[in-house]
Amino acid sequence: MMKPATPSQVRVVTFKINDRDVSARSDETILQVARENGIRIPSLCYVEGLSVWGACRLCLIELNGDSRLLAACSTRVEEGMEVLTDTDRLRRYRRMIVELLFAERNHVCAVCVSNGRCELQNLAQECGVDHVRVPYRTAVYHVDASHDWFRLDHNRCVLCTRCVRACDEIEGAHTWDTMGRGINCQVITDLAKPWGESKSCTGCGKCVQMCPTGALVRHGTSVGEMEKDRGFLPYLSRMREAEWE
Amino acid sequence: MTDTQHITVATAWLDGCSGCHMSFLDIDERLFTLAQKVDIIYSPLVDAKELPESVDVGILEGSVSSEEDLKKAQEFRRHCKFLISLGDCAVCGNIPGMRNLFPLDAVLHRAYHENVQKNPQIPNVGVPRLLPTVQPVHGVVEVDLFVQGCPPPADVIWHVLSELIQGRTPDPMTLTRFGK
Ligand code: SF4
Ligand code: SF4
Ligand code: SF4
Ligand code: FES
Repeated sequence: MMKPATPSQVRVVTFKINDRDVSARSDETILQVARENGIRIPSLCYVEGLSVWGACRLCLIELNGDSRLLAACSTRVEEGMEVLTDTDRLRRYRRMIVELLFAERNHVCAVCVSNGRCELQNLAQECGVDHVRVPYRTAVYHVDASHDWFRLDHNRCVLCTRCVRACDEIEGAHTWDTMGRGINCQVITDLAKPWGESKSCTGCGKCVQMCPTGALVRHGTSVGEMEKDRGFLPYLSRMREAEWE
Repeated sequence: MTDTQHITVATAWLDGCSGCHMSFLDIDERLFTLAQKVDIIYSPLVDAKELPESVDVGILEGSVSSEEDLKKAQEFRRHCKFLISLGDCAVCGNIPGMRNLFPLDAVLHRAYHENVQKNPQIPNVGVPRLLPTVQPVHGVVEVDLFVQGCPPPADVIWHVLSELIQGRTPDPMTLTRFGK
């Protein structure tokens, strides 16, 4: 996670995104500046109002003259940098990342509660995933329906940790975390106990609203019925920041 | 107009619900326009029993779940110049593919023993043998165009066919997605 810059260090910098001149505060990230300027960079784990995680790699960008790819959500802007957001190479990688997400868990959009309202599904369409070129893993994942109001379906989880950060940073409960490494990594509640038995969960539902897919949903939702409301988040996080200052 | 100007189309359903074919029929009155340009020479919708030697466009609905599906997919690939994978079952396995989470024996046992009251037995006469793993069509043969949707909306099917008739390559991703 990036540390906030102290006010005295903040300057105004000018640089280029896709050959367009833009200016920004030096404590902003490339993704923030791109959004302010209406330049689309696909993203998944980044949410305005939560800390930066930089795990999904969908927001990869190229810097002119540099062969490394950088995550736009976790790279601060610099004077004179030349950012490219839409090269053939980036399109190729983004498509592959989305395909791997589909192949890793079990996504059956046609019968998913989030069908038609899912960020992963939209990304697939945007990145031109007309089919998944790698074999599906079809590993068995379980569903935790023990909570009174909400359900966790690991089959649909993309490990973006948006639930973990929302619960910790906004609600202050830190019910969620991740456990296991690599392919065995999963989100857990409390100490890997069923969510319904969690002592720390306040039942606020912020994790559910933040989840980009059908992994966290309300009980009683049927195919395509799970609509998420995220409007509250930037407001809550601004209020929290104001409190801290 | 003579037949030589028509493009020939063959369709089949593998492990699907026939919904994609129904969606095809849902292009409604545009079927008349299509009939002037297209000959459907093999399909569950027509009588022909054998896939002709050479077909311009082949359309497969459904996933590859049985030995019969596999044979048909391979046959379509051999005979069709352009092969379309139509609908989510064909493109990603979709509902039929959900059985991949269990061993085939367990699936058959569940269906024909556990949930049956009288004469539990696994059918093996006159039915194709199931493959251990359900695959999308492109898992067994090369595919030229993928059309997502469950089922793909009639407008998408119309777009695909009318672009092909005019000699262009359709771009269905602008109109459809997984689960559409
Ligand atoms: S979570 Fe999204 S991508 Fe996954 S099955 Fe549900 S709608 Fe499809
Ligand atoms: S409902 Fe609220 S407190 Fe409970 S896990 Fe979700 S974000 Fe945390
Ligand atoms: S449950 Fe949802 S929010 Fe949490 S990591 Fe998985 S996809 Fe992300
Ligand atoms: S949005 Fe940048 S890595 Fe996920």
